[in-house]
Amino acid sequence: MTVIKSVTCPICGCLCDDIEVTVENNEVVKMKNGCAVCEGKFLGYKGEHRTKKPLIRKDGKLVPVTMKEAVHAAAEVLANANYPILYGWSSTSSEAQRVGVELAEEIGGVLDNTAVVCHGPSILGVQEVGIPTATLGQIRHRADLIIYWGCDPWSAHPRHLERYTNFTEGRFEKSEWTSYMTKLKAHAGNRKLASAMRIEDSKAKPKPQACYVGGSPPELSKGGRKLIVVDVRKSMTAEMADFFIQVEPNKDYEVLQALRALVKDKELDVDSVGGVPVEYLQDLADALVNCEFGVIFFGMGLTQTAGKFRNIEVAIQLVRDLNSKTKFMIMPMRGHYNVTGANVVSSWQSGYPYGVDFSLGYPRYNPGETTCMDVLLRDELDASLVIAADPGANFPKNAVQNMVKHPLIVIDPHMNATAMLGDIVFPAAFVGIEVDGTAYRMDSVPIPLHKVVDPPAGVLSDEEILKKILEEVKIIKAKNAKVA
Amino acid sequence: MEQKLHVTLLTGRTIEQGVGKEYGKASHEYYDACSMCYMDSDDMRKLGIKSNTNIKVTTPVGSVVLKAVKYPRGPTPGLIYIPYGPWANAICSYATTSIGMPSFKGTPADVEAAPGEKILTIEELLMSEFGR
Repeated sequence: MTVIKSVTCPICGCLCDDIEVTVENNEVVKMKNGCAVCEGKFLGYKGEHRTKKPLIRKDGKLVPVTMKEAVHAAAEVLANANYPILYGWSSTSSEAQRVGVELAEEIGGVLDNTAVVCHGPSILGVQEVGIPTATLGQIRHRADLIIYWGCDPWSAHPRHLERYTNFTEGRFEKSEWTSYMTKLKAHAGNRKLASAMRIEDSKAKPKPQACYVGGSPPELSKGGRKLIVVDVRKSMTAEMADFFIQVEPNKDYEVLQALRALVKDKELDVDSVGGVPVEYLQDLADALVNCEFGVIFFGMGLTQTAGKFRNIEVAIQLVRDLNSKTKFMIMPMRGHYNVTGANVVSSWQSGYPYGVDFSLGYPRYNPGETTCMDVLLRDELDASLVIAADPGANFPKNAVQNMVKHPLIVIDPHMNATAMLGDIVFPAAFVGIEVDGTAYRMDSVPIPLHKVVDPPAGVLSDEEILKKILEEVKIIKAKNAKVA
Repeated sequence: MEQKLHVTLLTGRTIEQGVGKEYGKASHEYYDACSMCYMDSDDMRKLGIKSNTNIKVTTPVGSVVLKAVKYPRGPTPGLIYIPYGPWANAICSYATTSIGMPSFKGTPADVEAAPGEKILTIEELLMSEFGR
């Protein structure tokens, strides 16, 4: 039995690097420090839904084949395709991503990563106005005001508060964990009391919706780090917050613009914006201006709602305005553990972070035309390679319907929804458990991923599979050129 | 009691969906986590349903049967929340507003009680939508 410390968790953009795993007979049998999702991965990676042999669809069913056969079939598809898409790349190493860029260039395909359905709009917003940001280490030690806008780290980045923001012990800012626990106990007592009162008065009805549900403005003047959540519903993170503002769906842009006006000491001639009374926005604006080091973390609540990249643009402009009065930063809550790496690698190899079209022999980038979602919805593709992502489960069905009309190659450790729909399926080793590699944290800091066990016999890494396909594509193209 | 409720559809992450996807997309953890829909308790009362009753959610893209669950953290009238997954994507808007990003949040939808209808498994759902 071996205990391995300081393992990096390959799940979300937090890349927590303090995981402790116990390995026995080449299997992870125990782990410490991880969140529920991390535990699910480290203890569930060897489960029944794992693919261990390459598969090819024959007579409508996926049947096992040799690696050589699968590589040749995949290379044939890609080498002969006119406009293939190569999508995914966010749950694998940057080393594999680098081979992916070369493959996309070789076959003249569209290279895209999962940013297109998560923080693609953030990238567009940043390209419009720039981004004042920091590393998570700086935020951990110095930030005294944390805002989570349109995101719920408790659900999607479970250790973000514990490692980087309000519940971490920074050098200059202390953890708010104890005060949160006290508040939680008081809250539980109040709920019991409210419940007893409801039983007492059977006519009592639930409170009507209020835009302002949690915390109170006086809590914003308390000492220590403050936590503010802005969302369309009271999430678990909102329950922890000192101040929670509930915005009407699709109204974030209006609320952000109103805040910009208030931060600049302008008066608003309306009573509410986006369902939020102006006095609450004034409280929020005061808190923003009066902090010493503030940060806005934002998520899909801004990128996937009305306004999309314009929401990000105006959020960054708010931060820019705030920097004339205090110090403020902004950062997207990146989802997949190496989606930042996919953007970084794609940028330093091709010049563009996602949605890169190599079909003309040089990279082109025009979201709205060259992302894989655009190509799928226009049904212009003639083949797809999906790696380290699951569009079968996470793309709108119209896009997937067009994807399965054409040959679909899938590289993934699991039999996920896309693999179930695939024509050629490669089993891959888990990066960060069975293979070493590099991943970029949400603040663009590269972190090493560690191998803790060997992959099953015959199962290769994403990088090795891609190199084999690339090599075979070059051979097929050379043969085709000779024939021509 | 109302037959049909007009609501705004949100999709997003839940911790259960995160854990389920790591166990595997065909796992019962993933099925339980993603084939459900959070609703406001008042909205459920309007439809005459309780937690764990099946509902049918319809958008211009299509319909899907899900298990309704009361949202435990405060009122969300007029909002429903479905965790990311193939069930949510069966009805999500694919309008990209010319930037490649579909509208996963904030799309209009109708909800009706469907106690007699079955929630499809991931295999059945993929077969019905994509024929595989």
